[in-house]
Amino acid sequence: MTLSIRIIPCLDVTDGRVVKGVNFTNLVDAGDPVEMASLYDSEGADELTFLDISASSSNRETTLDVVRRTAEQVFIPLTVGGGIRSVDDVDRLLRAGADKVSINTAAIVRPELIAEIADRFGSQVLVLSVDARRARTESGFEVTTHGGREGTDIDALAWVEKACALGVGEILLNSMDADGTRAGYDIGMITAVRAISKVPLIASGGAGTLEDFAHALDAGADALLAASVFHFGIHRIGDVKRYLDAQGYSIRMSTSK
Amino acid sequence: MIAILDYGSGNLRSAQRAFATASDNVILTSDFDEAIEADGLVVPGVGAFAACMKGLEAVKGSEIIRKRKELERPTLGICIGMQILFSEGLEHSESGSHAGVGIWKGQISKVDAPILPHMGWNSVESATHSTLFKGIENESFYFVHSYAAKSSPSSNATWTTYGEKFLSAIEDEYVSATQFHPEKSGRAGLALIKNWVKSL
Repeated sequence: MTLSIRIIPCLDVTDGRVVKGVNFTNLVDAGDPVEMASLYDSEGADELTFLDISASSSNRETTLDVVRRTAEQVFIPLTVGGGIRSVDDVDRLLRAGADKVSINTAAIVRPELIAEIADRFGSQVLVLSVDARRARTESGFEVTTHGGREGTDIDALAWVEKACALGVGEILLNSMDADGTRAGYDIGMITAVRAISKVPLIASGGAGTLEDFAHALDAGADALLAASVFHFGIHRIGDVKRYLDAQGYSIRMSTSK
Repeated sequence: MIAILDYGSGNLRSAQRAFATASDNVILTSDFDEAIEADGLVVPGVGAFAACMKGLEAVKGSEIIRKRKELERPTLGICIGMQILFSEGLEHSESGSHAGVGIWKGQISKVDAPILPHMGWNSVESATHSTLFKGIENESFYFVHSYAAKSSPSSNATWTTYGEKFLSAIEDEYVSATQFHPEKSGRAGLALIKNWVKSL
């Protein structure tokens, strides 16, 4: 008996639709987030993440509706990130049916937001999303914003330590260098963050081969998030889980038909 | 009728939706009489022990739970809703210990593991004569917590190991509880909910 590693597909949602190309063959409407969430659940996803990339607040209302409809059908944990700037934003998402929220830019701009959310709802609802790249900061890793396009000069390891002290319950570590390359997770970055954080660590960015998933776990990740390899059908969630199970990792095998 | 006790803790809607898969009549309530009269009462809970107790007292939750036990009416606690049924919570030890509802004598203390919260799917060593785990003895369930009970006041106890062994479920006559979230544990969780509802 051990805690299973988690496989987490991430869906980018805007205006009530999933964006980024999807390449399923067995879905009539591949852009519907509720339908995709349900499919990933049946394939054995251990959690789901929605990233709201809407530009306007009216679209955010639509996202709340997507969260509501998903939570009606899917009984696994749902994390929602994107555009969260206040305790009230978190409250709305949790009421709609999200179990956790992930925050990024707003916490960089105003770190106290972390403590405000943790005090009100508990650390367990709060995932700190860190978009980091290799750079000449003290640790060699720098926090970026705007999808890795803008540097902040903030050292990524120092930021993780500070955020943990303020009360985040989990770290989502996105490698901006590896993101979208399918050339493997940034193992050095995962190792470095694992060494200094005592909360669960989700690795993201770079998943390509099945071996890549195993390497990230060996580096200390507790959970693995991926988007394009799943959306494009390069790997099905079940393939990844069966591979890792065969390699001896603790996996929750899906019982659903 | 199944009542989910609304005392300002957590995402009650997902609990309501999950229990609605097993019963046609599930309500959210903070009404004293309604909570007493329900065939089954669910006490959910997320966040911190002390904050939960405060919310619970605001709706006379302790009294509801104790009275239901006297009347031999089933109650199910979930996550912090399990922890607060014990007599004492040591959460946030700098502020000392907090009194719980006291259905069971025992302490809730921090899980001894290098990485906390214990977050994700873990298996259970289910009690031999369990009603809740019937047919799903070998499944995993979704946990999110840093504190737990380390000893059981009842022999009908289910255990999980994360760093150390802790009580992941208890079935003590009319009061049952799970440390994990059945409402977030996929099909296995819904099966557990159905088992409980069928037992009412």
